[in-house]
Amino acid sequence: MNLSWMAWTKPTATFFILIFCMLVAMTIWEMKSPGGAPRVGILRFETTRGDRLFVSLLGAAYIHILWLALFPGLALWWAFAIACVYAFCVFKWV
Amino acid sequence: MIAKQTNQKAWFMVLPVFLVVAFSAVIPLMTVVNYSFQDTFGSNQFFWVGMTWFRDLIHSERFHDAFLRQIMFSSIILAIEIPLGIAIALTMPKKGWGVPVCLISMALPLLIPWNVVGTIWQIFGRVDIGLLGHTLASLGFDYNYTQDPVAAWLTIIIMDVWHWTSLVVLLAYAGLCSIPDAYYQAAKIDGASRLAVFRYIQLPKMQRVLLIAILLRFMDSFMIYTEPFVITGGGPGNSTTFMSIDLVKMAIGQFDLGPAAAMSLIYFLVILLLSYVFYTVMSNIGEESSNGGA
Repeated sequence: MNLSWMAWTKPTATFFILIFCMLVAMTIWEMKSPGGAPRVGILRFETTRGDRLFVSLLGAAYIHILWLALFPGLALWWAFAIACVYAFCVFKWV
Repeated sequence: MIAKQTNQKAWFMVLPVFLVVAFSAVIPLMTVVNYSFQDTFGSNQFFWVGMTWFRDLIHSERFHDAFLRQIMFSSIILAIEIPLGIAIALTMPKKGWGVPVCLISMALPLLIPWNVVGTIWQIFGRVDIGLLGHTLASLGFDYNYTQDPVAAWLTIIIMDVWHWTSLVVLLAYAGLCSIPDAYYQAAKIDGASRLAVFRYIQLPKMQRVLLIAILLRFMDSFMIYTEPFVITGGGPGNSTTFMSIDLVKMAIGQFDLGPAAAMSLIYFLVILLLSYVFYTVMSNIGEESSNGGA
């Protein structure tokens, strides 16, 4: 299969595979232990597990962009670490 | 609490939509992500540049200016169109021959294609042959949207208000029509003022349709391209170069696909975040009012 028209690279392919894996993992999680019903967290609005994943991913994108804006010389792995902590907090408390 | 669904077969019914969305939206978006990390000089040859385009874009004055213009435009549009749309919907008749007349006149601007709207206002505003431009010039106003940024902004804003307020009117009107008469009768018995009826009956009942109106108008005004492009082409100077116009200039005019892809992604993220915040906040207000109100 020729994918050159989409200009694939290893890092971008890894990125999308990880996102896909997250969706699969969320599905398996929900099937094994149902509990995705909405709850109200510290932000005072209802979220399901899917909403929390969305908020985590959207937040992660902004954390990386802010990192680039504020610390253009430093490695992005720091932003990735912050995004992971942020995602944990979202799943725990939002 | 939502009851747990036991029959999961319905998911197969969603499969065709999933495939269409994947083909028309997800895969093109993946391509944009791929482009945003690479540079190309054509011939389908790409060179990995990492985060360079994102870094450049975030620190670029051109991007900041286009972004601020876009935010300002959308804010002005929402601040005018939402209250104006509600006000017009409140004055529209609820029965009689006036209903179809009003509905059709409101729907007319929505039926005109965007580039035609742009052309209409481009000619309408011209000082030499346009009715608006010529009249203003005859009255002594120094109006020329091709040279004066304020005139260009005013023309585009008035054009957008003319084109899209009808959408808000129709949605608000639909919300108003769904309010049962019993509410008005109860308000009358209580001796509620006109303002109180609006504040405690009409506005809460319109909340859901207004959420849709705000979301649609925000997303549409934030992505506006055709009309300003036809009227001013982004000028005078760069004064009406909104993000979409700047993006097209970058992608097609300069053939900078990498930076344009990075800009598209940031543009997409901004729309995604603001729409999500709008939706969540408005839904929350709706929930609270339906729990605590009538």
